[in-house]
Amino acid sequence: MSAILPPAERLWWKHPLDRVEGTWIAIAFVWCMIMFFMMIYWHAYGKQNLSTETYKTTPELFATKAQAMVDQYTVRTETDQQMPVVAPPAGSDVYMIARLWSFWPILELEKDQTYRLHLTSMDYNHGFSLQPANINIQVVPGYEHVITVTPNQSGQFSVVCNEYCGIGHHMMVGRIYVK
Amino acid sequence: MSTATTYRTCPRSGLQFESQAEKLMLANAVAAVVFLLIGGILAIGIVLTRWPAVHWLEADTFYQVLTAHGIDMLIFWIIFFEIAVLYFCSSTLLRCRLATPKIAWLAFALMVIGAVVNNVAVFQGGSSVMMTSYVPMMAAPSFYLGLILFAVGALIGCFVFLGTLVVAKREKTYQGSVPLVTFGAITACIIAVFTIVSGAIILVPTYLLSLGVIEHVDALIYRTIWWAFGHSSQQINVAAHISIWYAVAAIAFGAKPMSERVSRGAFLLYILFLQLASAHHLLADPGMSTEWKVVNTSYFMYFAVLASMIHGLTIPGAMEVAQRAKGYNKGLFEWLRKAPWGNPTFSGVFISIIGFGFLGGISGVMMGTEQLNMIIHNTIYVPGHFHATVVIGTTLSFMALTYFLIPVLFKREMINPGLARWQPYLFGFSMYFFCLVMMGAGTLGVSRRHWDMAFSGNALAYEWPGAAYLMMGLVGIAGIAAIIGGAIYIWITVGSLLWGKRLDSGAPAKEPTPIPLQIPSSVAVQSYGSMGFAAPGTFVLAMVFLVSFVLYYFINWKYLSTLWGLS
Repeated sequence: MSAILPPAERLWWKHPLDRVEGTWIAIAFVWCMIMFFMMIYWHAYGKQNLSTETYKTTPELFATKAQAMVDQYTVRTETDQQMPVVAPPAGSDVYMIARLWSFWPILELEKDQTYRLHLTSMDYNHGFSLQPANINIQVVPGYEHVITVTPNQSGQFSVVCNEYCGIGHHMMVGRIYVK
Repeated sequence: MSTATTYRTCPRSGLQFESQAEKLMLANAVAAVVFLLIGGILAIGIVLTRWPAVHWLEADTFYQVLTAHGIDMLIFWIIFFEIAVLYFCSSTLLRCRLATPKIAWLAFALMVIGAVVNNVAVFQGGSSVMMTSYVPMMAAPSFYLGLILFAVGALIGCFVFLGTLVVAKREKTYQGSVPLVTFGAITACIIAVFTIVSGAIILVPTYLLSLGVIEHVDALIYRTIWWAFGHSSQQINVAAHISIWYAVAAIAFGAKPMSERVSRGAFLLYILFLQLASAHHLLADPGMSTEWKVVNTSYFMYFAVLASMIHGLTIPGAMEVAQRAKGYNKGLFEWLRKAPWGNPTFSGVFISIIGFGFLGGISGVMMGTEQLNMIIHNTIYVPGHFHATVVIGTTLSFMALTYFLIPVLFKREMINPGLARWQPYLFGFSMYFFCLVMMGAGTLGVSRRHWDMAFSGNALAYEWPGAAYLMMGLVGIAGIAAIIGGAIYIWITVGSLLWGKRLDSGAPAKEPTPIPLQIPSSVAVQSYGSMGFAAPGTFVLAMVFLVSFVLYYFINWKYLSTLWGLS
């Protein structure tokens, strides 16, 4: 008779469905299918889908490529640490290194232009949290994640590390300018 | 096999307890409450640090406290309590002796040793790696060893539970199928075995890495397998606390499941699909293909969400049917108005059901959507969500069940019943608010696991909007209110155990009394409900839920569509 006793009817699975349950299951099932196909729909028609293009990499390999970009396209430096501000041409490959506890270098991008942003970590897991746009991506050591980005607003954006990475975690902020 | 044990029938509930099982339930429940106490004290440090105006602890202490809080609450408090629940759902509900009590004590000892070793490692410093302990960031070897010992103990506990089911079947202490609540506990146990084995697969190599025996554990493989442990452990809770909801509906109202087939089918969907959800944590990662993400994050095709939506209807529905049968039949909601709101076992469970569904469920599906995940990944939205599922869902249900168990299992009169009446409201509603403001701050992007949202002293500091600071201040206030609610629970539980008036335990018997055969009641013509719906009030509540769900879901797609283009 109750949920803490064995079912009274031995053939409980033959008990007919109550109408309220049947109706709700049908509604819930339809909603589940809508949610499932929404993700697929967005891949076809939406503009915000996270790329899955990934390569294995090493800190040395990635640093070499990032350094080459910095050597070629640095336009100025900022802060006491002489952090390079790099303005690579639209459509190019741009690199951002996450390491304890900074993002390097500062990028300067153009609005409505598309870039291939390469992310990796030199050490622990880090988080790429672009603010105030609020785009959050995991940065995993050993893996180079290539994301195609198209900034749709101009201004100053911060990259906050939002994966705990040790005692200096809360000091880890980078920057991206969009002109 | 004859065993020297006795059985008593509780005069207050009619439940039959075997003495070995009873002692083990008590030991596991007490250990659980001890870790809840430790975790609760640590929570004070966390909320008072994340409250920007207070910003109490130093950074290293904060990260240490946060690591210990996560593990003590999410693993130790909950799993100790769940082992007690498993023993209750097998030995007590099936009225049989517990299988291999000595091995069950070994399991308990391993769990205690493991939990203590892990806590000591964290409090020694040098293991502030958070609950997730992502490699290559390393903790002390004893950190992993403690977790492994605990997991082995819990795994043994699961097998004692399964063995007890065999004992009941063989000794014919019940006829037909196991009760629905036991069926739910079996679901929890199956998920637990999967969870613990996944944990072993990744924590054993990580332990060896910390000892220097092996040289490398891949960071992405670690994340993938660890989450099969980390997320699935929360799925044990879902199966366990939903079983408790069914149990409390039966205890408080004498409610029977609306349909055994539907409720058991929903548990079966959990067994089949719930585990896929560990993919939620990898949606913002490199490496995984889109197809993998879509299939897994949606529990194949949201079949586990379907199951939760079914339980969300059938449990209040069963309560409604039971109340209407008693004559509370006016309008849509008389059954609910006349519910025993002063009984903390009922009110705790009801607040848990509503909060779990509206706050935990809706936010969980939103953030588990492949693309939408990008707007909340690793923000404080995530702890906002899981405090709604784990604290409002699981912890509050466990608290509610404890109030039932104090006279029944502990054989004590509850001290301060007036305070206990209010505890679920204080704890539940302050947690509702706590979760909401955390999700609000997370929607603005505020990071989780972050000591200083002001980034003081950094030349590139980002300034969060004023609303984010306001929300984090409210997180602090709501958090303190919830901690007071938690402290009241511990006071009542421990106080009743120590100083409560002893109650009659029922005469011990040498042999168990089998559960009498259940006679199907000749089904009367349904004289309640409307439009052919046995539970129209619950259906209306379910539709309110659905509308909130749909609106919130599409609001977030709208928000996503304004972001930078990503492909």
